[in-house]
Amino acid sequence: MSALKIKKGSTSHSAYQLRDPNAELVERHTLAVVVDNEAGVLARVIGLFSGRGYNIESLTVAEVDHTGHQSRITIVTKGTPSVIDQIQAQLGRIVPVHEVHDLTDEGPSVERELALFKVAGTGDKRVEALRLADIFRANVVDSTLESFTFEITGTPEKVDAFAELMRPLGLVEVARTGVAALSRGQD
Amino acid sequence: MARQMTGAKMVVQALRDQGVDTVFGYPGGAVLPIYDEIFLQNDIRHILVRHEQGAVHAAEGYARSTGKPGVVLVTSGPGATNAVTGLTDALMDSIPIVVLTGQVPTFMIGTDGFQEADTVGITRPCTKHNWLVKDTDKLSDVLHQAFHVATTGRPGPVLVDIPKDVQFASGGYVTPKQANTRHYAPQVKGDMEQIKALVEAMETAKRPVFYTGGGVINSGPHASQLLRELVEATNFPITSTLMGLGAYPGTGENWIGMLGMHGLYEANMAMHDCDLMINIGARFDDRITGLISAFSPGSRKAHVDIDPSSINKVIHVDFPIVGDVAHVLEDLLRIWKSRGRKTDRASVKDWWAQINEWRKKDCLSYKNASGVIKPQHALERLEALTRDHDRYITTEVGQHQMWAAQYLTFNDPNRLMTSGGLGTMGYGFPASIGVQMAHPEALVINVAGEASWLMNMQEMGTAVQYRLPVKQFILNNERLGMVRQWQQLLHGERYSQSWSEALPDFVKLAEAFGARGILCTDPADLDDAILEMINHDGPVIFDCLVEKHENCFPMIPSGKPHNEMLLGEASTEGAIEAGGAVLV
Repeated sequence: MSALKIKKGSTSHSAYQLRDPNAELVERHTLAVVVDNEAGVLARVIGLFSGRGYNIESLTVAEVDHTGHQSRITIVTKGTPSVIDQIQAQLGRIVPVHEVHDLTDEGPSVERELALFKVAGTGDKRVEALRLADIFRANVVDSTLESFTFEITGTPEKVDAFAELMRPLGLVEVARTGVAALSRGQD
Repeated sequence: MARQMTGAKMVVQALRDQGVDTVFGYPGGAVLPIYDEIFLQNDIRHILVRHEQGAVHAAEGYARSTGKPGVVLVTSGPGATNAVTGLTDALMDSIPIVVLTGQVPTFMIGTDGFQEADTVGITRPCTKHNWLVKDTDKLSDVLHQAFHVATTGRPGPVLVDIPKDVQFASGGYVTPKQANTRHYAPQVKGDMEQIKALVEAMETAKRPVFYTGGGVINSGPHASQLLRELVEATNFPITSTLMGLGAYPGTGENWIGMLGMHGLYEANMAMHDCDLMINIGARFDDRITGLISAFSPGSRKAHVDIDPSSINKVIHVDFPIVGDVAHVLEDLLRIWKSRGRKTDRASVKDWWAQINEWRKKDCLSYKNASGVIKPQHALERLEALTRDHDRYITTEVGQHQMWAAQYLTFNDPNRLMTSGGLGTMGYGFPASIGVQMAHPEALVINVAGEASWLMNMQEMGTAVQYRLPVKQFILNNERLGMVRQWQQLLHGERYSQSWSEALPDFVKLAEAFGARGILCTDPADLDDAILEMINHDGPVIFDCLVEKHENCFPMIPSGKPHNEMLLGEASTEGAIEAGGAVLV
């Protein structure tokens, strides 16, 4: 790379029109939000995103502490670093929100998503679908003579890859849970 | 064992326990049990407004002029939806109010019952928090939480929706002390490292400026006191937003005037050229910053705000300090003093010399006239004739609001009630009623435009019924003045829908309500007319016919930086480019 650090593929060929070093890039972040499980709390969170024009790539929510009535909302969002900071701060303002964690920023984390795929077909395609499912460690959770329903767990990328492979083999329907995520390590 | 009582009784008991003395409201089917309880007691005064929007603005006026939360009681459906503008207004300006709404009985919710609306759904984005209470046993706890949330941290409006069967049913009552309010506890102490870093920056700053806002006033009188001490001790210049006027006295030595779109030349130039900007309780609103990319390009910036989401939202700052203004100022002063009260006196002196150069522009000068009342002149006379009174000012929204901010002097906090963030026409009159309720002996003046004033004129009934001597000082130009000004400057003088024909005769209107009306058209009569208004013991509508096409200057056109202000008629030619026209 040259001393001017012109990025490969840049449309700017002049040394005097370098990209603004402060220009921000859109990043994907996974946020974990711990909330009181009370009526309307999900609407508050979603309303914040739509009202302020933030993106939701995926969202999962369920009560995780039945005695304390606390739910965990996992949101995958996209934005520039300053927008991500704003999202975190805005979430923190919501009264029933207890904690907001940016799992992407706070160190390594694991992300998993569960998906169900219905694939219809006979003959070679049916055999191929089953073979690929085995490679992806997908389970067959329902079957008829002309279809399989697979259950697959993994990162969103893995689920995407599996969907791409199933499409030519007779993919009929997909249901995905969205991402659940935890930080790595003991705490 | 908690005391047993009906939900309706609980409401009144909770208000009493929260120290509420005044409620603004309007009855209806879904709140009748609560109104029954109000009928049966004398601790809490209920002020019957003429429209629920008026109730919320009155509560805002009450809250902002006292520092206590304002309370509103309205019915379900239309009662609640009419409150929405006031809730949004209070949210934007961080005014603590508690709105109680009736709701159809729990078993009817979702059936599209008579006067049913999804009140918590509708008001979720325009409250700090809201609750629908479906169980009488939880009602008192929620009511106390509501007061706690409204007044803690960054203040704001909250709403409690109470179905009618919950009002009738009995349950256990908990006191404020027993209520579950621990969970909501925003940070009030600022980060010491950041405060230290700011002190170091203050010690070496050559061109510092304090930029203060409504947060100082919301933090309480102690915050204003500390601010005054800090400003005087450092000799730094201070400017303020509209919402912050009065925190530092307008007659103070270091005051350089309001900043922003219609701020003073010297204040905006100081903001543009400073090397250290200390934002205390303001939020870099777009009326303040102008063109973001050219906003104070050479300065390091500090931001003290109790709301973490305000910091770095619009302007990136070098010293972010999350905390309550009074707490932070206390620490800041202590550290600065303990390090020897250092400032770069010589440079600050030069900085003042520069500011005094800018002051020579005399940016608030205007061409007075003998045949017609200039609005600026009317306000200068109002200031001169009322400054020695125990005076509270409310305003509507538009040119008159900016002139009031420019030409009236605010020497104490909580003395100016205005709709800053939302810009709600129709705010000022009901707000003046709320202020007068809280300060029965004070002189309360609503500086208004005739168009704004008409938006909530029904509240004349309230003012007369409760003998509230509010003075409605209407600068009547028979135009939507600010809209007309923008159309003149930005839309080729095409005055689309910006004037009203068929305005009422305001004197007769006042008389129709049983109040006094005063018409003034001649500058020579102005002083006598204003004195007559002040001396009349009762509500007055003062119809001051002013110059119709007067423009409000200085003005930073949309899309321009602080150092490109328009100062008067001559400077407006071609000043605003097409790009600026798309901005508001």
